[in-house]
Amino acid sequence: MMSKATFPGASIHKVLTDLEVSIEANRCLYCYDAPCTKACPTHIDIPRFIAQIADGNVKGSARTILEANPLGASCARVCPVSELCEGACVYHTESDTPIRIGDLQRYATDAARERDMHIFQAGPPTGRRVAIVGGGPAGIAAARDLRRYGHAVTIFEARERLGGLNTYGIVPFRLSTDVALWEAEQVLALGCDVRTNVRVGDDVTAASLTDEFDAVILACGMGNVPPLGIPGDEYAWDALRFIERAKTTGSAPGLGNRVAVIGAGNTAIDALTCAKRLGAQRVTMYYRRGEGDMPAYDFEHDFAKEEGIEFRFFCAPQRIISEAGHVTQIEFAQTVVSGGRVECVPQSTFVDPCDAVISAIGQSRLLASIEKLGVVHDGGVVRVDDSMRTSRDGVFAAGDCIFAKGVREAMVVEAAEQGKVAARSVHAFLGRQKDDAWLI
Amino acid sequence: MADLTSNLAGIESPNPFWLASAPPTNSGYQVQRAFEQGWGGVVWKTLGTPIVNVTSRFAGFNYREHRMVGMNNIELITDRPLDENLKEIAACKRLFPDRAIVASLMEVCEREPWHELVKRVQEVDIDGFELNFGCPHGMSERGMGAAVGQHPDLIERVTSYVKEASRVPVIVKLTPNVTDVRFPARGAARGGADAISLINTINSVMGVDLETWNPIPHVDGKSSHGGYCGPAVKPIALNMVSDCARDPEVRVPISGIGGVETWRDAVEFLLLGATNVQVCTAVMHSGFRIVREMIDGLRDYLDAKGLASVRDLVGRSRQTITTWENLNLNYKIVAEVDQSRCIHCNKCYIACEDAAHQCIDRVARGNDGTYDLVVDAEHCVGCNLCMMVCPVDCIDMIRVDENLASQSWKERSAAIVSSRA
Repeated sequence: MMSKATFPGASIHKVLTDLEVSIEANRCLYCYDAPCTKACPTHIDIPRFIAQIADGNVKGSARTILEANPLGASCARVCPVSELCEGACVYHTESDTPIRIGDLQRYATDAARERDMHIFQAGPPTGRRVAIVGGGPAGIAAARDLRRYGHAVTIFEARERLGGLNTYGIVPFRLSTDVALWEAEQVLALGCDVRTNVRVGDDVTAASLTDEFDAVILACGMGNVPPLGIPGDEYAWDALRFIERAKTTGSAPGLGNRVAVIGAGNTAIDALTCAKRLGAQRVTMYYRRGEGDMPAYDFEHDFAKEEGIEFRFFCAPQRIISEAGHVTQIEFAQTVVSGGRVECVPQSTFVDPCDAVISAIGQSRLLASIEKLGVVHDGGVVRVDDSMRTSRDGVFAAGDCIFAKGVREAMVVEAAEQGKVAARSVHAFLGRQKDDAWLI
Repeated sequence: MADLTSNLAGIESPNPFWLASAPPTNSGYQVQRAFEQGWGGVVWKTLGTPIVNVTSRFAGFNYREHRMVGMNNIELITDRPLDENLKEIAACKRLFPDRAIVASLMEVCEREPWHELVKRVQEVDIDGFELNFGCPHGMSERGMGAAVGQHPDLIERVTSYVKEASRVPVIVKLTPNVTDVRFPARGAARGGADAISLINTINSVMGVDLETWNPIPHVDGKSSHGGYCGPAVKPIALNMVSDCARDPEVRVPISGIGGVETWRDAVEFLLLGATNVQVCTAVMHSGFRIVREMIDGLRDYLDAKGLASVRDLVGRSRQTITTWENLNLNYKIVAEVDQSRCIHCNKCYIACEDAAHQCIDRVARGNDGTYDLVVDAEHCVGCNLCMMVCPVDCIDMIRVDENLASQSWKERSAAIVSSRA
């Protein structure tokens, strides 16, 4: 069992007092056809849930949120709200500040969690069975709605616990394990068969899924951080494994005082700030492009600055130098970006001392699982239509396994929406097959 | 600088801001503090046969995050001995001889007790009496307060008793808990009242606790109706003041009461015909110091308007209130949205669509999903609703009837009748 770790440093989210909540909820204008709702990938009826907070119906508020977004509690912590709902708020002007939608959503979903409210019920059994490969955000969202439709659900999860990146991959001061697991438990309470520590392709065959189930949803996410491809690579920590270890144990033995993080995405920020909070004194981000090219959200970048992270731009790692099995230095070459391409400047190398290197240069694709299911993919990105249907009849996909840069976002809230859409498509698919009265 | 001195039926005060008979005027200590801040006059908390109060006496009516938009109370008249009150009144008068001190009185409806009370109180140097015919709770169950104020004949009779004994002007305070306030006002005038003051508080139940199902406030699980006051009652008070100010049978000066919180509120009462105003809830909310802003605001307003005296305001809008049949049917305004200030909350759109005349259209600017809120001026009835709900004041009502002569319903009906004749 995973122990409940205590992680140094408080949550970045302040708990609002009832009075603060009331003032903020009452500040909401209750816009009609509200821009915040349009900006939310899961289309939560935000004016409605805020009005429900204001009128003292916190359960109704949580229902409004979770109805649209089964991961509403996680999203209240990890959503880039300034890019979504709060960015679209009519009060997001030079002279005003947007309604703190994320904070209010956290208040309502926290109340549901703390008071152990059971909000949804399973639908009458349809006799149809759906396999979900992966118990992360997309899989959980799909499972919740499939159970509400009344279909039997079996979740195959490779890890010990459900929740995927929410449980293992997002820093604890942003999203605690409790919240991720509560959301999973809400879905399990609707009656799901969960097979943890089961890897499709290894422990069960892909064929057995398509044979034994009426439909399959592929929500397996992505894999590990790929190798840096430089000498000394074996000494680099995988950022996600690092965060997982920090989150599950509250420590990272052998991290040392000087930490180098390669990459500039949101996972890199998580690794950087996590290392800093674990006690590393100098934590530096190295990125081969410029500040303006950082894939991380601006607010994440700002957060890293506040946490005391150092930044080095236009440098690419060349080798990790070790002595007696311990990292001592990392060598970089300076880069220039020309025509969008990164090029190393000849004879520009420099060496920085460091005790640990963490790589956050993206995630590899789970090619083996995808190919075993026989669905068409583009370099490991499962190809789906708008209804989350893959090339194979009865097989659907959602979440990070369909994430493609410039096409879809790798956000929890997107995974939640895709899971919902996949569940709806599966329901329609099963209805067409049987032509039953329960067809929506 | 404009002159703020005020004279209500012979009662002079350095400004028109008085404290109403209520908890803030309960003691000499409070009245001295009030006078130190600048209040022009006070109506001392009602004197009469001392009573016993209950605890848990007030409740606030909050609207969203605004506290005490309304307030109610079930406190009774003074619970301190008459001699103590009179000693303190005398002390206050000595310390602040230029201020008005009016004693509010309540008694059973018989001549002798009233005469006795009036004579005892006017032994101290009082400037006037205010007869409490308005208190809607508790005292009314004992045949006093609003129980008198709801019977014009009783008002007339008791007022005349007081006038028989009083050496100073007598103000009659009216209850709003009647169908038409002009009838009790006329009773007061017939009884010889020198002035009337209105409104007293409105019968109210403030709320019910959703957990315990007890009333709010409750006294050990029970409550009785209380008197409602505060900013929320101002429109009701203005209407009643206006009714009395325009009534040819009332014809006495008016002290306006009901939701006055700022100099602006006071000016509205004066314009509709009040000679001065009395304040309570605003002081209960923020203390006596608010009178400083009231004095400054009123003086600056008069100066800006070029008026020499606050008396020049009294009744200036009295004739603007009339009956519906006299309103110009040809007057037409329509809404206009200032697109540069619109934040696209769509509150005007949904208000018009669901509750008015479906005259605001969402017109796409292009293909980017943005749109403007555009008023269908041809069908807009000028109801003001969109302007009222707009949170950023970007909707103006524009007059569009320039070339039409005024015609009221009364005139139009008459014209129709004569054309048929």
